[in-house]
Formats: sequence, C-alpha cells, structure tokens
Amino acid sequence: MATLTTTTASRTGSNKVRDRRPGLRGTSRPNWLGGLLGWMWLAIVAVPIYWIVITSFKTQSLYFATNPLLPSSAPTMDNYLLVIQSDFPRYFLNSVIVTLGAIVPSVLISFLASFAIVRGTGWALKGINSLFLMGLAIPLQATIIPVYLIIIKLGLYDSLGAIILPSIAFAIPLSVLVLSNFIRDVPKELFESMRTDGANDWQTLWHLAFPLTRPALVTVTIYNGLGIWNGFLLPLILTQSPDKRTLPLALWSFQGQYSVNVPAVLASVVLTTLPILILYVIGRRQLLSGLTAGFSK
Amino acid sequence: MTALAPVGLQSTPAGHLRGGTGIRARSLTWMALPALVLFIAFGVVPLLGVLVLSFTSWDGIGAIRPAGFASWRAVLTDPGLPHALWVTFQVMALTWLVQTPISILIGTFLAGHQRYREFLAVLFFIPLLLSSAAIAITFKALLDPNFGLGAGLHLPLLAQDWLGRPHLAMGVVIFVVSWQFIPFHSLIYQGGVRQIPVTMYEAALIDGAGRVRQFFSITLPQLKYTIITSSTLMIVGSLTFFDLIFVLTEGGPGDATRVLALDMYKRGFQANLMGPASAIAVILVLVGLALALLLRRLGGSTTASQLEGV
Repeated sequence: MATLTTTTASRTGSNKVRDRRPGLRGTSRPNWLGGLLGWMWLAIVAVPIYWIVITSFKTQSLYFATNPLLPSSAPTMDNYLLVIQSDFPRYFLNSVIVTLGAIVPSVLISFLASFAIVRGTGWALKGINSLFLMGLAIPLQATIIPVYLIIIKLGLYDSLGAIILPSIAFAIPLSVLVLSNFIRDVPKELFESMRTDGANDWQTLWHLAFPLTRPALVTVTIYNGLGIWNGFLLPLILTQSPDKRTLPLALWSFQGQYSVNVPAVLASVVLTTLPILILYVIGRRQLLSGLTAGFSK
Repeated sequence: MTALAPVGLQSTPAGHLRGGTGIRARSLTWMALPALVLFIAFGVVPLLGVLVLSFTSWDGIGAIRPAGFASWRAVLTDPGLPHALWVTFQVMALTWLVQTPISILIGTFLAGHQRYREFLAVLFFIPLLLSSAAIAITFKALLDPNFGLGAGLHLPLLAQDWLGRPHLAMGVVIFVVSWQFIPFHSLIYQGGVRQIPVTMYEAALIDGAGRVRQFFSITLPQLKYTIITSSTLMIVGSLTFFDLIFVLTEGGPGDATRVLALDMYKRGFQANLMGPASAIAVILVLVGLALALLLRRLGGSTTASQLEGV
C-alpha cells in the first residue's frame, strides 16, 4: 500500500502538491546540525560581502587607519567616481551587448533543436542529440586555441562578435538537455490532438511547446546568461583593445592598475555587481527556482 | 471520429505518426540545423582542431607549420605535466570533499518551510551572482598580508601571507571555490529534498525512526541522482576553474596552484607555444571525457532517470 502511494506521488504529483505538504521537518525536532551549519555558512558568506560594501565608501587613508570591520564615520563617493571615470559605463554597455547578443539567439536555436529532437525520428536527429550530449562532458575551455584561430580567420578578433559567437555555441549543449527534458514531459496526447486539428510543426512549437516549457526557458536563460555576463576567458583571449573590454576583464585590469587602492578596487566590484543584484532583488523567486528547475529533476 | 475523441482517449498514436513521416522528419531536422551548425563551427571543429594543432608549431601570430610529435615529446617529458595533473586532481578531490557534505546538509535544512529560512536564502545565494573575477579580486584584497583584513584587525593569525605559501595558497583556492559554489549546490539539493515524497517520512515516523535515522535511510538514498548530478557538475566544472585561479594566484606561488587549464593558457598565450598548449588541451579533454564516463558508470544511467522525471 505504502509503495503504491509513493509511486503515484512521484509519478503524477507535481511540485505544487509536494510543496504544500505539512511542515513535517519543522514541527518535529529541529534540525540542529543543518541549522548551525546554515547560519555559520551564512556568516562566512556575509562577512566578506559586508566588508566589500563598507570599505568601498572609505578613503584610502582612512582605510589604513581604522578598524576594517567598522563602517566609515565619513563615507565618501570618491572611489565610485574614480571607477565611473575609468570608462566603466562603456564596459557595462559591452557586457550588456555581449550577454543579450549571445543569450537570445542561443536559447532560441536550442529550443528549436530540442523540439526537433523530442518530436522527430530518424538517425539524423538522434545523432545530433548524441553530439550535444557529448558536448556536456567536454570542458569547452580546452578548445580555446582553435577558437582563437577561427576568430582570427573570420576577421572578428578584437570585436564583441568574437565573444558572442563562441558563447552562443558553448551554451547549446546544456540548454538542449534541459529543454528537451521539459518538452518530453508534455503529454503526447496534446501534440497528437493538435495535429489532428490540422496544426503543423511550427504551430505546435509556438502554441503548445513554447508556453509549456516556459520555466525551463527561464532556467537556461538565467543560467547561461549569468555565465556569459561573468565570462572571463573568452574576452581575455579574443579581444585586446581597452574599449572592447567586458566587466570582468575591466575589473581585472582596474585591479592591476590600482591594486594598492583597496577601497577603489572594492568599489569597482560593488558597481559591477549592482546591476545583477538589482535584477536578483526584483526577480528573486523566479531566479532561485529557475536556476535549478532543470537540475533537480 | 478521431477528431472528436477527447484528449487522452485517442487510440493508435503510432498510426498518426506514420502518416507523412518523410516530410515531417525533414522539416523537424531543419529546426535543429542552426544549433547544429553553430555547435559544429565553435565546438566540434575546435575539438578536432586542437588535436591537429598539437602536431604543429605555431606562435599564435605567424604561419602554422607541421611539427610531428615535437610538441607531444616536449609536453610528455616535462615534469610540469604530472605536476599540473596532480594539482588539478587535488583541487577536484578537495573541493568535492568540502562542498558535498556541506551542500547536502544546508540543502536539507533549507528545504524546510519556515519563514526565516527564506530570509537566510536571500543573502546566502549572493555568491552565485558574482563573477569569478570579482570574487578572486575580493579575496585577494581581503587576504593581503599588508592591506587586508588580518593586518587591519592586528590579528597575526589572519595576517599570514596566504597567497605566498604553496600549501596556504592551495587552501585558499579550495576555500574560495567552496565560497562561490556551495550556495549553488545547496540549491540543487534543496530542490532534490523537496521532491522526496512526504509519505516516506510519515511511514518512517510511524516506525519510530529518529531524525538522524531518517536522514541516512530516506533523505540520502533518495538523493542518489541529485548527488550524481551535483557531483558531475562539481567534478567536470573543477577542470574549468581557470578565471578564479588566474586572477587569485596566477598559478602561484611558483606553480603550486597551476592547474591544467592554467598550464594550457600560460604555454599558449604567454610563452606563445601553441603546439604544446594544444597537447595540454587534448589531455584536458581526455580527462574530462574519462571522468564523465566514470561518473555515468558509477551512477547507472543518469539520463534514463532524468527522462522518467524521478
């Protein structure tokens, strides 16, 4: 009997049902070890973040003279002014262009490919699927030298396009895996009934598969978008001019230039994280659940 | 008749599929084409290209000349290679050992539904948003023996030359990796724990199983596939800790934290020896593939379980 209930729950029970279960863990004895560890790790995470923020408002002389864990009595914005005057608005724009330019086409073509892989038959699509799965196991950074050569041959070296094209390609395998898992969960009967109503593949794609896989689309957009926004290796190798820098690369060279001026370096860290932090505050729920919806399956 | 049948009651789905399979298959294959072309151009071709380049000599700017096994001979006889492999393995094993138990415990804890856990989660997941470059720069400043937190607090224990001594530097790398990724893996485990059917815990409670017993007899075995997913991400991901280590230590002090990916970059883009760097890259790919196969074997068929939605 118990086994039967279990199987039914795990087969048909959606997340909604599972989330609404009684607070069994909470009402019985508290989880001391997990709780202790949770709060301890929170402190380990929070102290450096607190330190970055308060230090970024100190002047350099004050930084050396005062207790590093106390906020400044005379906060200053000079560090932030220095960062903004060091061309950071341009780097921010570069990062936005690269991230949007890579993530939109990448998610779109991955979605098309996943739909074809799930709905189609034949050796060609099976082969394409295995190719993408293989791509998951390979550390794509290892292919950076030939990518560098290809980008030079295409005449794209030292342009934002040089970062965008490989970023699109590197994001495909994981996107296809997550998206095809979700499309596979759409009941076959829905596809069949749309087909008997005379809908072609493009119509089922947009009117059925697209709305039903929206959570997975959010997952891959956020996950790969964050990866591209924070990417360091591709800009480092495929660009050269200061005006083509994206934010992580700009941070690194700013740090090289002002390494002794700790408050200014930390102000650059805060300023480059701020846009993502604002997005996080706005879409926290969506982001946290979206980030792992495809992994916890 | 078929058209009027309600959804879910349709008889022979196979019969529907048969009709016009040829046209359908072709139009569907077209849909996969853009992704395929881009992945071949920037994934498959470079993968084969790196093997080809390992048999050439190239300085990154001039002409590419065939060089036979010269690069391979140079790389395989260089004591730097076993060292880089050992460092890579250490980073992989130690980051896994530190992250997995902590992530499972925190994930299990966060899976509960009290309000304050949500509050905890907000702060907790900020490291997920930061770039490796930003994190490395922060800890570099924080741990600086002259300008860092330790010097400011006048605590000699904290004011050590963290990144200047081989063993300490390795410890710092492990710690910073954990700082960056434990929140992400906790989140994966939180999702995994929430999917465990509550009836299993109810049954265990009736049988008189305590909290610890429940954790080891239900939570941990039920998390099997989550553990495999998370470990695969950790282990294959550890091969690509390039940016963090590059900014934090540049492989130093000496070559104490020079992992394979960093070794490849330094040979190729700093010493301008693309041939040997490509040979290192081939080794990196082989290590990644071997690990992925090993993990798949250990865990049974992971993809099959994902298809079933378990």
